[in-house]
Amino acid sequence: MEIILALAIGGAFGAVLDRISASNPNVIGRMLNLTNLKLMKAILLAIGVGSVLMFAGQMLGIVEVGHMSVKTAYLGVFAGGLLLGVGWALAGYCPGTGVVAAGAGRRDAFAFIAGGLLGAAAYMATYPAVKATGLLDAILGSNATLGAIPGTDYPGLTGLPGDTLGIVLGLVFVAVAFVLPERIIRKDARLPAE
Amino acid sequence: MTLDWKTGGLALGLVFFAAVLLVKPIGVSTQFVILDGVLWDAVDPAVVTQTEDSYTATNAYLAKSGGKYAKAVANPLNYSFLFVLAMLLGGAASAWQRGGVGPAERRVPELWKANFGDSPIKRFAAAFAGGFIVLYGARLAGGCTSGHMMSGMMQTAVSGYLFAAGAFAAAVPTALMLYKEEA
Repeated sequence: MEIILALAIGGAFGAVLDRISASNPNVIGRMLNLTNLKLMKAILLAIGVGSVLMFAGQMLGIVEVGHMSVKTAYLGVFAGGLLLGVGWALAGYCPGTGVVAAGAGRRDAFAFIAGGLLGAAAYMATYPAVKATGLLDAILGSNATLGAIPGTDYPGLTGLPGDTLGIVLGLVFVAVAFVLPERIIRKDARLPAE
Repeated sequence: MTLDWKTGGLALGLVFFAAVLLVKPIGVSTQFVILDGVLWDAVDPAVVTQTEDSYTATNAYLAKSGGKYAKAVANPLNYSFLFVLAMLLGGAASAWQRGGVGPAERRVPELWKANFGDSPIKRFAAAFAGGFIVLYGARLAGGCTSGHMMSGMMQTAVSGYLFAAGAFAAAVPTALMLYKEEA
């Protein structure tokens, strides 16, 4: 059963990433250089829709609260995010979209995956040294959520009710998706006059 | 045919919801470590070993958290690993069904070409270096765009917001510097 779910959900995820062009490095480049934010709008809408459905489902007792998995916060999360951001802009791929792009036949995606396997191996080799720096020590309440979520042990960063907050924030993500302009930087404003 | 942002965003949100409804939140980057482990263990079977009740590894990262990764390396036909393989197949089927990626685009993507020229070697080198930085960063962070940014922020995880702040703080200036020509 688990194998069928992996194939069904993973396959759907790969197909949707292809259809919203998240696995197209041109579209990632245009999103990150702020000339075409349609993909950003899709991502914000997706986070909002997922959040509202998950928390509403939990409150109605349809969604198992134990299916949640909240990761620990530590300084390395931010530092790793910075590194990933540089590579994401350079390659136009993140780990998931690189795999999808390889499936679509993009040759550079295979180079991305090869580099990724080496980068992951480099982390495996340097993990003890990284750990010794304290970068992996938990901060901000460890595996905290913004508000305490009923039925979980995750600490709440604030005293607000986590499930209601999740729905409200989900709606905020949806609203931001609609309000965000499709383009922030105009070509003529970015390039000097010739 | 690609989807407009509203339909596409809704579909993506439904996939993330389906994952957490039926199994667990989506994540990808750990599987690069698992594949590394599988390849390494194939060359040197002493890397991952079975203990009384679980698995362990000579590598400290594979052995951490009670041998969770070591166990996945020993049994790669698990949910999370097959999930990523299925993404590749889903991406392939979807791209093929909409007519595929054209040969010029497969060789060098157009935005890259407009800024750095038509050399595939240069593009592959950039994609390889980018892949290295992305996966080192993702493992340092403990997750990537899927696990931290989308699954994390969807669950109101503080770590997800911390990761997204770092990722965009670096990605936007980098892209502004790299891609000055539009295509």
